[in-house]
Amino acid sequence: MIKIALIGAGKMGLSHLAILGAHPDVQIVGVADTSKMVTDVLEKYSGFNCFADYKKMLDATKPEAVVVAAPTKYHGEIVGELLKRGIHVFAEKPFCLNVKEGAELVKLAKEKKVVNQVGYHNKFIGTFEEVKKIVLSGKLGEINHFLGEAYGPVVIKKKQGTWRADPKEGGGCLLDYASHVIDLINYLVAPISKIHGALLKPIYSDTVEDAVYSLMETENKITGVLSVNWSEETYRKMSTSITITGSKGKIISDASELKVYFKTDDTPAGYSKGWTSKYVTDLTEEVDFYLRGEEYSAQLDYFVKAIQGKVPNIKNTFESAWITDRVIDQIKNQKNN
Amino acid sequence: MKMDRILYGDNQFFAVNHISDEKSRAQSIKFKDDKTILDTIDIARAEGVETFMCTTHDRIINICDMIRKDPEKYKNFSIYPCMPYAHKYANAVTELGIMGTIKQYVPGNFFGSLFKGGMAFVSKDYISIMELLIDAEMKMFKGINTPVIFIQNVITDLLLGLHMNDMLKAFHDYVKKKYNVEPAYITMNMPMLLNVLESVGIENPIICSSINKVGFRMSGGMALYEKTLATRKVRAVAMQVLGGGAIPAKEAIQYVCELPNVESILFGASSKGNIVQTVNYIKEFDKKKAGQMVG
Repeated sequence: MIKIALIGAGKMGLSHLAILGAHPDVQIVGVADTSKMVTDVLEKYSGFNCFADYKKMLDATKPEAVVVAAPTKYHGEIVGELLKRGIHVFAEKPFCLNVKEGAELVKLAKEKKVVNQVGYHNKFIGTFEEVKKIVLSGKLGEINHFLGEAYGPVVIKKKQGTWRADPKEGGGCLLDYASHVIDLINYLVAPISKIHGALLKPIYSDTVEDAVYSLMETENKITGVLSVNWSEETYRKMSTSITITGSKGKIISDASELKVYFKTDDTPAGYSKGWTSKYVTDLTEEVDFYLRGEEYSAQLDYFVKAIQGKVPNIKNTFESAWITDRVIDQIKNQKNN
Repeated sequence: MKMDRILYGDNQFFAVNHISDEKSRAQSIKFKDDKTILDTIDIARAEGVETFMCTTHDRIINICDMIRKDPEKYKNFSIYPCMPYAHKYANAVTELGIMGTIKQYVPGNFFGSLFKGGMAFVSKDYISIMELLIDAEMKMFKGINTPVIFIQNVITDLLLGLHMNDMLKAFHDYVKKKYNVEPAYITMNMPMLLNVLESVGIENPIICSSINKVGFRMSGGMALYEKTLATRKVRAVAMQVLGGGAIPAKEAIQYVCELPNVESILFGASSKGNIVQTVNYIKEFDKKKAGQMVG
């Protein structure tokens, strides 16, 4: 049994806690949150050992691993403390608001040789995994363009006073929706290294952007477009998609459906000339406990298995999440120019 | 009370499609008007399917209004509510926080009085909050026959993972006490849930879960589901019988019809052709099974 604790029992934290609570190889040793009501409920009904102060929890419960789902602005401090103590860390996304601080954490995690992972769950979705395989096969020919998109109905009317509206706390669409898409492009195409232009547009929010549009370029000179808008009420929930165009074929994929076009018969196995569609139901492995999508269970299972030494710690590492932080920073700077 | 064999679901009306965003967009366009939804329910009724199992989506309020206006037409009609409509609360939690959400959705000034009176947060209060939320969700169904009330899988499974077994029990007890109908659970983790429900003294529960020939969303594995159905006391409702579209309809329905302890089959379809076809397949395979049992 691996002793795991949670810091930050908000929406994502509770979701992680439930998935870990049902995991046969995990023992939840503690939960830290500043909300008395939340810790009261978790103590009373779940029997978890709860704390208001996360350091006291670490001292008292001695976890081997910790899931950090506290607001992003606290990630630097909390993750730093955990690494100093040699604890394996799964942190929610985005990784760190400050790129310099993030770089130090990446370095520290390597020095301490602990398992480190960030919650970019799209990499555990069957369709996007299939896109990665097709890209690696080289059968698309020379890739000349990509389009990364995400739309959803998070902010669909004027409002204020919630954490999402505070740029210092990680409250805009860039750090939230767009970070997922940027991370996916980094993974599926190549790390983005240059921003040619960016629009950060408020639609309903006063202080932060509700939409992000950008022209970008990867380190291997592939150019593309980012189009993200979380004030899009024609979508029922967040919908993320990627289009990759090459000289010999094209991929259009979202989290549920993958459509691939090849110009000739020179295709990977399972595809043919013209269009082929595949569905996530055919590409996803079942999980032992399902809460809100296989990918949420799969990413935590991967974290547990990495600690057990059963899988390599190579998916969603701090380093890959830090590259995404760096792109976010570049977009912000580009916008200010 | 025995549930109907065939239950008509609502995913297609609210653009829920597990395999294609394009299809869900098309559905969203097709069912823009509430009248179109009711007309489609009437198509299912014409095929003898008199039970509509639906989430407590805001648009159901209008559907219920239309049904209440025509009591003669809908005298044999029942709704199995599934609560809550999770996106409503999820968006509210993102926007307002957990406390803000409770304030927004708990009716009356219960919450105010809880603080004003300086009452401590004791166990009874949280259960009361849940009871008030159930009442708030049930309001829209006033005057409509709701013999079974489901709790949605995202809440069931959250409580399951958090080991909040008393909350799962409290839902059961309150639905029985206040509404005098059958409490029921939707889950993606049926065998695990059954163990927990039995452990808090709930016998032979109604559990709706994915049951299909390809093992889609059958957490813990298809073999465990089949064994659970064959050997345990559970009133199963099979959903996602098409495995998210992976299985041809006839084959899919044959599989669930032949399983033991599957009391009802939930299906959603938006065209008359698909509704008629599904209903006919279920009747056909049920008849065959009955014939085999007699023979």
